[in-house]
Amino acid sequence: MKFAVIVFPGSNCDLDMYHAVKDELGEEAEYVWHDSTDLSGYDGILLPGGFSYGDYLRCGAIAQSSPVMDEVKKAAEAGKPVLGICNGFQILTEAGLLPGVLLRNKNLKFMCRTVGLKVENANTLFTNEYMAGQEIRIPIAHGEGNYYCDDATYEQLKNNNQIVFSYADDFNGSRNNIAGIVNERGNVLGMMPHPERAVSDLIGGSDGLSLFKSIVKQWREANVSHA
Amino acid sequence: MSVTLEPNTEQIKEQKVYQQMGLSDAEFAMVENILGRTPNYTETGLFSVMWSEHCSYKNSKPVLAKFPTKAPRVLQGPGEGAGIVDIGDGQAVVFKMESHNHPSAIEPYQGAATGVGGIIRDVFSMGARPIALLNSLRFGELTTPRVKYLFEEVVAGIAGYGNCIGIPTVGGEVQFDASYDGNPLVNAMCVGLIDHQDIQKGIASGVGNPVMYVGAKTGRDGIHGATFASEELTESSGDNRPAVQVGDPFMEKLLLEACLELVKSDALIGIQDMGAAGLTSSSAEMASKAGSGIEMDLDHIPQRETGMTAYEMMLSESQERMLIVVKKGREPEIVKLFEKYGLDAVTVGKVTDDSTLRLVHKGEIVAEVPVDALAEDAPVYHKPSSVPAYYKEYQQMENVEPKVENYGETLKSLLQQPTIASKEWVYDQYDHQVRTSTVVSPGSDAAVIRVRGTNKGLAMTTDCNSRYIYLDPEMGGKIAVAEAARNVVVSGAKPLAITDCLNFGNPEKPEIFWQLEKAADGMSEACTILDAPVIGGNVSLYNETNGTAIYPTPTIGMVGLVEDLSHVTTQDAKNAGDLVYMIGDSLTEFGGSELQKMVEGRIFGKAPSIDLSVEAQRQQQILEAIQKGLVASAHDVAEGGVAVAIAEKAFGNGLGMDIELSGSATTALFSESQSRFIVTVSPGHSSQFEQVVQGAKQIGTVTDSGELTIKSEDGVVWIHDSVDTLRTAWKGAIPCLLKSEA
Repeated sequence: MKFAVIVFPGSNCDLDMYHAVKDELGEEAEYVWHDSTDLSGYDGILLPGGFSYGDYLRCGAIAQSSPVMDEVKKAAEAGKPVLGICNGFQILTEAGLLPGVLLRNKNLKFMCRTVGLKVENANTLFTNEYMAGQEIRIPIAHGEGNYYCDDATYEQLKNNNQIVFSYADDFNGSRNNIAGIVNERGNVLGMMPHPERAVSDLIGGSDGLSLFKSIVKQWREANVSHA
Repeated sequence: MSVTLEPNTEQIKEQKVYQQMGLSDAEFAMVENILGRTPNYTETGLFSVMWSEHCSYKNSKPVLAKFPTKAPRVLQGPGEGAGIVDIGDGQAVVFKMESHNHPSAIEPYQGAATGVGGIIRDVFSMGARPIALLNSLRFGELTTPRVKYLFEEVVAGIAGYGNCIGIPTVGGEVQFDASYDGNPLVNAMCVGLIDHQDIQKGIASGVGNPVMYVGAKTGRDGIHGATFASEELTESSGDNRPAVQVGDPFMEKLLLEACLELVKSDALIGIQDMGAAGLTSSSAEMASKAGSGIEMDLDHIPQRETGMTAYEMMLSESQERMLIVVKKGREPEIVKLFEKYGLDAVTVGKVTDDSTLRLVHKGEIVAEVPVDALAEDAPVYHKPSSVPAYYKEYQQMENVEPKVENYGETLKSLLQQPTIASKEWVYDQYDHQVRTSTVVSPGSDAAVIRVRGTNKGLAMTTDCNSRYIYLDPEMGGKIAVAEAARNVVVSGAKPLAITDCLNFGNPEKPEIFWQLEKAADGMSEACTILDAPVIGGNVSLYNETNGTAIYPTPTIGMVGLVEDLSHVTTQDAKNAGDLVYMIGDSLTEFGGSELQKMVEGRIFGKAPSIDLSVEAQRQQQILEAIQKGLVASAHDVAEGGVAVAIAEKAFGNGLGMDIELSGSATTALFSESQSRFIVTVSPGHSSQFEQVVQGAKQIGTVTDSGELTIKSEDGVVWIHDSVDTLRTAWKGAIPCLLKSEA
């Protein structure tokens, strides 16, 4: 499976995303600069964390009008897995690929720590290697991770099983402790925690590995059945 | 638009305008002598910044000459952007620490942020990829709104810059003492990795080669920052706010990536950061190092404000800029490279053969000065030094124990002293995991970063107990280096080298200069004996507020090599049933200790003593035991003594500790004697461990009770408390102080 790691000016978790899929999973990965206008050669799209365009204006607001985002939208429409982590999640909401918005943490400070997450939906292409209700530990590092959406959107997310991860404890003010959501079709995941930082015990844990394995497993099954 | 009317040469001389820029009468006369004429306004500005203490080290050079700087593994010592040490496999580690004290006292967020930005540029201007940041901070007591504001904003500024640029902030230290009330210290350290063949230098060689300006545009911010940094702070220092620069980490991230692409190009001849003294220092120093000259047309300097004068452009300290020299004819590819990142890359001049810095503005020559006069020929002062009365008095004092009644309550109170208390409130705001190489996160003795693609790691720490140094600068200087090495060793690494920030008061006062000299003597001896040469750093003098100096604070930044990641060791006790060993003796040494300060409300007497040969031997033996896999956890004994060290070992994994100590309770529990370690060892390794580490004494066991018990030899319980209770007190102290009303 071949991943595109999209690099915006100011992305800084691109390296981590790249090494997670390349070194820990042995899959192919390439960095793709934000001005690219062709993602057709890739099977999965990864939008890394960081501070695209310095987070100026609003997190993700400028990145969402980068040339590559039209291609990301096409990939999403084509059903390819699109994963946005941290700033990547913020970009996906700004681009309208996911509902809601990320506000400043309720204490108005940046936070970096490893937190407990509950797998709310283990039936997505991103979570099929987890168990429903499983508690995992994944690092977070964000100043604007306070997920907000209106009541109607929340009901919709809940009824469609679009809430994929929730925080075990409320630390940033997110609505109903939401940590990660998918689109209705289930092929676009946005999450504030960093699974790519939890891929090896050497760096403090490997609970994030199953997320990447899920993507690859689903893709293999789809490809084998087509072959 | 305002029109700046610059004084003419006559006015500069008659009205002594140069004094406002920081030049003395004698120095101005030297400049006239060098030039054979009176300098104009721009030229006076060039000399005043280049001859400031910050750029020229004119007051500290004789002291810096004491430091050992050489070892076969040192590839680059002091003098370039950062020092470089070989770590094998064709790779090297690049690091440096620098102060940003004065800007942070005036505008804490931007002062701290640009301190981080500046030190990162020093590292990547060498061609290295920055992989970690640390910072050493000092503030007044957390009791006034002003100090709380400085503390919160400095931490936010460091976080704002480091998090955005994507370099993990993995370690450092924060200490609080009234002497830093009006003059906080912000010392930022950056560590980078480089392949030997990519090492760059800041040189302008090859007559006719173009000089290019890359990065952010020049504005009026930070003009005369270096001069401002070389003066004492007064109540009117707030008026110097324009001398504080404003940082843009996004711009620096782009500049970083562009420059690391650039160093792979054979078109590059030399590169230097426009740091303190901006365009002036980078151009003069690059030419001086190469024995060449530089001619620049200032009309081409990218400017973000209109109507800037030559003086303003040359003295601006706008951030995120680099000066580079490239091979003639290769300019288009350089422009293209920077274009990808949306950055300016503009030819602003050329290398000449006349050893002169010549500046042209609007068709006229506005400055013509020998580069060596700026970069090399600043006067060097051998300041008078005299032994302060307080030192003589303290040396006469006997070592006595502070009076302690309840040992358990005393331990709890010590754990709540902000200097000892958990710094989680601080490092929770720093992204310490980005780049996914952080093996040991903040909170242990040293941070450890893996070297991706190898099985090696780098341990790093900053240390300085300035109370000891105030009481006895020479002893304290030795201790600062020894403690840094201790922290690196207990983490499983061999010390490679150090960088330092010498933060002192006004060197024109003989008692202050004496502190500087003696601290340097102590540091030098420790660096020699512990085999950790000084590969760079900076000097920050005039750290005084309204005439009162800070404690002398020569901060040490040390990096060590973990030869195999399996050697990485942390301070937390690992398993119930493991044996607890102590190495080193507890003597009645409380001068400058946390207990003395807490009980007496002030510090006095003799600093703890240290025998460096004993220190070296213990460090070597403990490292050997770690490398042989005999050690489960290791921790040095520092502020607060053995009781605090034992409690800290229990906090990580919530285990209990059952300890028995001999001697007088207060000394056994809270003395700050040096060269002591606490180590846990699994029972199966104990006999082998005792063979390797001479004099290791078993003092107890790790339990699963979640209780901390410390008894005397005859069974008297000195301390008994739940680890949870102690941890809560330790963790909650700083957030609680910040919330409380002043």
